[in-house]
Formats: sequence, structure tokens, C-alpha cells
Amino acid sequence: MSIKIQFKLNGEEKNFYVKPNMTLLELIREKAHLTGTKHGCGNGECGACTIIMNGEPVRSCLILAVEADGKEIITIEGISPQNLTELQKAFIDEGAIQCGFCTPGFIMAGEALFKKTQKPSDDEIKESLSGHLCRCTGYEPIFNAFKKVAKK
Amino acid sequence: MKKNLNVVGESVLRNDVVEKVLGTAKYIDDYKFDGMLYGFTVRSTISHGKIISINISKAKKINGVVNIFTAKDIPGKNFFPMILNDYPFLAENKVLFYGQPIALVVATNQEIAKEAAKNVFIEYEELEPVLDIHYAMKKNSPKIFGSDNILRKYIIKKGNIDQGFKEADVIVEDVFETNYQVHSYLEPNGMIAVPQPDGGITVYGTMQCPFYVHDAIANILNIYHNKIRVVQTTTGGGFGGKEDVPSLVAGHVALLAYLTKKPVKLVYTREEDFHGMSKRHPGYIEIKYGAKKNGKIVAAKVRYILDGGAFATLSPIVLWRGTVHAVGPYDIPNVLIESFAVATNKVPCGAFRGFGQPQATFANESLIDILAEKLKISPLKLRQINMLKPYSRTATNDKISNSCGFKKVLSEVIKKSKYEKILSKKNENLSTIKTGAGLAIAFYGVGLGAGGKYIDRAGAYLQIQKDGTVIISIGNTELGQGVFTVISQIASEILGAPYEFVKVLQPDTTRVPDSGPTVASRSTLMSGNAVLDAAKQVRERIDTMVLKLFNKSKGKVYSNGKEYFISTNPEKKIHYLEVIKKCFVQRINLSATGWYTGEDVSFDSETGQGKAYYSYTFSATVAIVKVNILTGVVEVKKIVSGHDIGKAINPKLCEAQIEGGVIQSLGYALTENLVLKNGIILNPSFAGYLIPTSMDIPEIIPVIVESKYSKGPFGAKGLGESPMITPSTAIANAIYNATGFRTKKLPVTPEILLELKNKK
Ligand code: FES
Ligand code: FES
Repeated sequence: MSIKIQFKLNGEEKNFYVKPNMTLLELIREKAHLTGTKHGCGNGECGACTIIMNGEPVRSCLILAVEADGKEIITIEGISPQNLTELQKAFIDEGAIQCGFCTPGFIMAGEALFKKTQKPSDDEIKESLSGHLCRCTGYEPIFNAFKKVAKK
Repeated sequence: MKKNLNVVGESVLRNDVVEKVLGTAKYIDDYKFDGMLYGFTVRSTISHGKIISINISKAKKINGVVNIFTAKDIPGKNFFPMILNDYPFLAENKVLFYGQPIALVVATNQEIAKEAAKNVFIEYEELEPVLDIHYAMKKNSPKIFGSDNILRKYIIKKGNIDQGFKEADVIVEDVFETNYQVHSYLEPNGMIAVPQPDGGITVYGTMQCPFYVHDAIANILNIYHNKIRVVQTTTGGGFGGKEDVPSLVAGHVALLAYLTKKPVKLVYTREEDFHGMSKRHPGYIEIKYGAKKNGKIVAAKVRYILDGGAFATLSPIVLWRGTVHAVGPYDIPNVLIESFAVATNKVPCGAFRGFGQPQATFANESLIDILAEKLKISPLKLRQINMLKPYSRTATNDKISNSCGFKKVLSEVIKKSKYEKILSKKNENLSTIKTGAGLAIAFYGVGLGAGGKYIDRAGAYLQIQKDGTVIISIGNTELGQGVFTVISQIASEILGAPYEFVKVLQPDTTRVPDSGPTVASRSTLMSGNAVLDAAKQVRERIDTMVLKLFNKSKGKVYSNGKEYFISTNPEKKIHYLEVIKKCFVQRINLSATGWYTGEDVSFDSETGQGKAYYSYTFSATVAIVKVNILTGVVEVKKIVSGHDIGKAINPKLCEAQIEGGVIQSLGYALTENLVLKNGIILNPSFAGYLIPTSMDIPEIIPVIVESKYSKGPFGAKGLGESPMITPSTAIANAIYNATGFRTKKLPVTPEILLELKNKK
């Protein structure tokens, strides 16, 4: 059984036929062929699959594809297709990227945060990073990248 | 003329991050090939037993299942080449650990493959599992490896141990234990194999060691090396976890592609990765020091046992490194070390950043504090009295060269952390929060050492293109540590080409000769030197052209990073691009291959004496903690971690290595607690196995000391592993200083701390 869903993906209206048990992560990666969103655990534990749904950062591995129906979804590919965003630039400048597998998830969390508040406090930044795992960097440079944008 | 460096030593930005920050970098699971099938592994659900039958009939009927293969379908040899060659690709008639691969399903999508794997029914005759190293070493235990369950043992004998202890005024001894550690790289293991028209196979995947994978595929398929191509894809972290077992994954996927004649993808779920992939060995260490009243340690005895799990894989050399470093970074005249890697019916253990040293360091750096207390000498002073310095001798009687900045590392770390002040500060009796400081120091033999000297080599290929851009191939892999950036800096410096012009290509076994594994903090040194060799050859030809353009027949040519000039006329400069253009029309060869082999090393298996490594790095870490003695919760406030690495080619990347390593070590000390019951991992997820999050992060102050190694590129030694070795023990020592509770076990969870408190 397949269900037809329709939603806005990175600014474009899209239709998909999906199985009821398909996750949004699977839909994004396998059907929409957008592989910037990463599969790190599939259980909501790492944050690598974070996307923005109706303005909120969510873990796409925990959401069923059918739940996306009628929503507005942004993935890393839709953040700023032409130029790097301030946050992306700050990630590079601050050395916040090593293996990079966690990076899209952190960027999405950050973009959602900065859409809501231009000058988030340290605690708000920490809150938005928490629950995102990075095994390489030790988090400090990621935090610094957020801070850099918050200061601007 | 001031001969300074243009780009080496500068914190230039990494050259592989734009694609990562955009999400366009392709990791293995991001690739697709036409007609691609999906594999899934059927694994043992018991820890030890005989396989009576494998029933695939129900699974095979599932719509979308293409086929199911077992050991008997393997055309070549059923083991992947790794030291003792004992780990089968697929179990034949017995299984030795929960999670051991038995069969492979191949289907039209991953979901179906996974479902089918659940419907492969295996009948076992269960056998008593050997779960404990001490039991494994007993005469009456079941034998799962050889006649004694010993995968490997070593002995190191220096001086006269009995005499040494006789001379000692004070003797301390204790037993320390450490748990597993899971790499927890964010990208799970995975590979894709694509059959080639000539009957060969190309394998893409996440890995540290393409040449190991190359050998593994040749083995399982029984085809020649020149029909196999292995390409490393952008890799989401390794930390040692992608050293040995990717050979297994690659063998599996190559087999599926070979037998189905279709591209096949095999990517692990996180749970599978937890169950199946190698871990840091649990360690058991009995250690004893004897010292004179003045603090001089005169004897050290260690019995070091690693729980190797069901197959040897890398245990022999993990154990070797741990053994060589087991008495700590001290000059001790009388030493006896006996070490064992023991087989048990649990997940095989392999490489993890630090490679057998963090376990041993926990023992020797805890005991040295215990000794200091007994001698009433400060822990710092005791270390200063005994630590290695130029010309002193290690346990293997290896002479330390003058590339030894140990003293400076220690003094900087002590100064920056205010260690002595915090150490001697008394905590308020009534307060439930106690503050403390702890110190740990270590040395680290760079590279594979005498344990792996025959594969300690590296190749490189370098070519300047028509437009002046440069491409480089190396055999070491980028795992996130930044080696491509470092290599680009080295090439740029030697060639006089702008750094932005240099690109390191994806490692591919068809591009460079077998360069050994990407482990042991060896990439900067080995690949760095190979690239240096290639770049120097090309630079010589460029220099000849520059001199010609200056109408000179000889002289020294300099570069400022984009232009060349000569000393007699430094005002006049010729741009790099102009010279390259001239070289092209003059048909000068602007490509070269480079090669480097490590200095000779040795190890006598009878006595354990010899030049174990060609160079050592030195480190010291101070941790400042706050402990809540009601809850047992430890908060690490600050870590100062210093490392003598010879030369920082890119200081910012070096600091990043230190920060990342420190945090892994913090997790090792406090939260990362893998729980096994009957050999089965009970918490195979990030919800159950807790790696540090952004909430656990202390202030970290990295310290870099540069005591150059004459054979290193620009004096560099290596860094990757050193930051993982000392912080955990510094934290344990800090907890003791804060509370008086001495942990003999890592991780020291709140439960363990409260237990220690109750015992007191
Ligand atoms: S993949 Fe969704 S949280 Fe890890
Ligand atoms: S950069 Fe590797 S997990 Fe974050």
C-alpha cells in the first residue's frame, strides 16, 4: 500500500508515493535523492539526520514520511544553494568540521535557531547543540562557530 | 637571507570542508549504482556453539530476495589476512561470539535483505562460553584458541628485577582494570562492490586501510591483486575502528557482487556496528614499583592482560604497543613485563586510538601517584625524578634521542593548569562538592615500530598540471583528522606552489603502492615524507628552469609561496605560474613518485630488548574536576593537555586533534560503559552507551611543544593518538585528590564512586 503525500521540499512542491512505515529520512535520501542529510543511528540518538520542518529542527529518522504531508521541509541542500551561510562560513573558520558526518545536522539545528532568534544566548546555543553527537571535534569549535554568528 | 617557511606551520583552513559543510561530500551510503542490490549479514545469536544446520528456505522465498550465501560459496580462502589469519569471513561449523557473521543475504533493497536475514534459521549445539580472561587462562577451561587460549604473549626483561626490588626502600603494587571502549564514529561501517567487465571488482567504502581491504578481497575471491581496485570514500571517523574489520565488510560485499554480478551495497545499522565491529580491549593490569627513599624508581614489574575476544585480528600488535609502554614514561633500570592477549567468546577487539596504551597508562599513572603519597613526595616531583629525557633508556633499553621535549611539555602544562595550587588546596569538610587536580604523563612510539616494521613504508605520486594546480595521491586516508590539508601544506612549501592550488585525491589502491595502514599517528610522518620526496624531485627541475630564466647556471632558488627569486637579486621575482608555463613548453616532467620507509627498528622476542620505535612523542595532562560526593557525579572543569609532536605543520589542526582526543578520553574515564552479559552487548546504542555530549565539555587548553625529529617532515613526529592516552588517568587522579577515593577501574561511573565512598 502506498500513500500519496505532498509537501514543500527546499522551496519546491513535491509529490511522493510512500509506504506507511517509511521514515522521512529514508524518503529524503532514497526517494528525493538528497544525501546531505545523514543516517547516523536511525533511533533519534545522534542528530545527524536533523532537518527543518515548519521552522523547527527535527530528527527525520523519527518522523514518518506521511507526517510530512502538507509541511514545509528544508534540508541542508536547501539552506542556501548559492552561497555559504554565515554559519557555514563560521564552521569552516572555527575548525568545527573534522570528518564532517555530524556537520549537516548541526548546521540545520543552527539555521533553525538563528531563524528564531538572531542573537541567541550561550544557553540557547547549548540547548540547540545538545543531543547532537560529534565524536571528532570535542564540540568547542562548533559552539564557537555558533557564537561567532550570534555576535554578528 | 632569512629562510622562513611560507605555509608549513601556518593554521591554513582545511581544504576538504566546503563539501562537508554543504552536505555534498559523499560518504559510502550516499553512493548508488545502476541495478544495485543490498546485502545484510546473518549473525550468530549465541556466544559459543556448533552450527548444526542453516535453513535458508523461508528467507529465500521472500519477494525481492536474490540469494543467500554461506561459507561454502566462498571461492577463495575463508579468512581475512590479519596477523594470525584466524577470523573467518563467514562461520563454517562453529561460532565464537554473539554477532559473528554466518551468512549473507542479498536483495533488491535493504529492508527486504534485513527481513530475510531474520528468517534464516540456524540450529546450534550450544557450548560453554569462555567469558572471563582468568578463566580462559586456566587449564580446565574450554579452549577456543590453540591449546591455551593465548592469542599472543610477550616478555620484556631489563636488568635484574629481584635485585631491583631488593634495593627498593618502598614498594607499591596494585591491580587495575578497564572496560571496553566503542569507537562511536558517527558514520557506521559500509562498502559497495561493483563488478568489472574483466571479472575484477572495485570496492568503495569507509575505511582506514585500503591496502588491508585489497588483500582481503584477493583472499575471499581468489583473484589477482591487479583485478581489484579499492577506493576510500569520504570517511565519517575511524579512531582505529575502521582498521581491521572493514576487511570483513569488504570481503562480504565483494563476494555478493562477484556471485550476483551486480553492484551491491552493504551498510551497517548502528546496532550491528555495535555488535560486530572491534572495540578497545578491556585491560587487566597488575603493577608494582619499587623506589628509593629519594624517589628514584629502581624496579617495575607488570603483568598485563588484554581481553582479545573471539579472534586475534590486531590483538598481537595492540598488546605489543601496550607492553613496550607498560611501565610508563620512566627511566627504570630493572624491569619485568609479561603480557598476554587472551581469547574469549566475545566480540573481537582491535585498534582504538591509543592502541593498548590507555589501559596500561591508567595503571602506571595511578600507581605513581600512590607511590608519591607513600614516599611523601609530590606527584609532580616524583615524575620529574624518573621521567625519560634525552639519552635515558626505556623498558626495551631503547635510547631516547634528543627529540624529547618532555620537560617542557610538563612544565607548561603544570604552569597553565595551576596544578600544584589546586592539588594542595584543602576541600571544605562540610561541602558536598569537592575540587581536585590530577596529572598523568606518557610517551608514545610513533609509527608501527618493530611490531610492524615490514609494512612501515609509504608512497606518493605528485603532478603539477598545465595550469599550475597540483594533484597528489597518497596511500594514507583522510578520516577527519586533516591529513589532506597537512600533505597539501608540505607539498606547497616544497614546490613553491600556492597552497590553494594543491589537491589530494581520494586514496585508491591503483594510484600508489601499498603504503601500509592509516594508524599509529604515522600519516604525517610517512606520507608526509613520501610527498616531500616527490615534491623535492619536481622542485629541482623547477629550480633549473628558474635559474635559466635568470640566466644563471647555478645558485639557490627561493620561493615566497607564489614567486621564485634568487639571493643575488631578491628584488626580481618570477611568478610560479610563469615558471610552470615555461616548464610545459620545454617539456619538463613535472611529476614524480615519492617513497619513504621508516628508520630501522628491532625487538628481541626472548628479552624484549631493542629499538622498539624510531621516535617518541611525549605528553602530559592535568585535569581539574569537581565531584559531588552525594551523587557520585564528576564534572570535569578544565583539561590542559600538552604534547611534544616535533613540529606542528598546522597548529590549529593539531589543537583540534588534542581537543577531540581529550574528549574521547574523558568519555573513557567517566561515561562510556559497555555492558555485556553472557558475551552479549546489552547496550548497543547511543542511548545506552554514552559518549560525551556538548554538555560534558570542560575548558580545554591544548599545548604544543616542538622538539624536532630529524627524520620527520619539517621535524614532525605524529599526534593522532597521544591525546587519548593521558586525560582519563589525569581525571582519575583528580578524583582521588578531590575525594580520597582511588578508583582501580575505568570508567569510574557514579555508582563506582559511591561504592568507593561506602567502602571508605
Ligand atoms: S539518524 Fe536520526 S538521530 Fe541519528
Ligand atoms: S566531525 Fe566527525 S562526528 Fe563531528
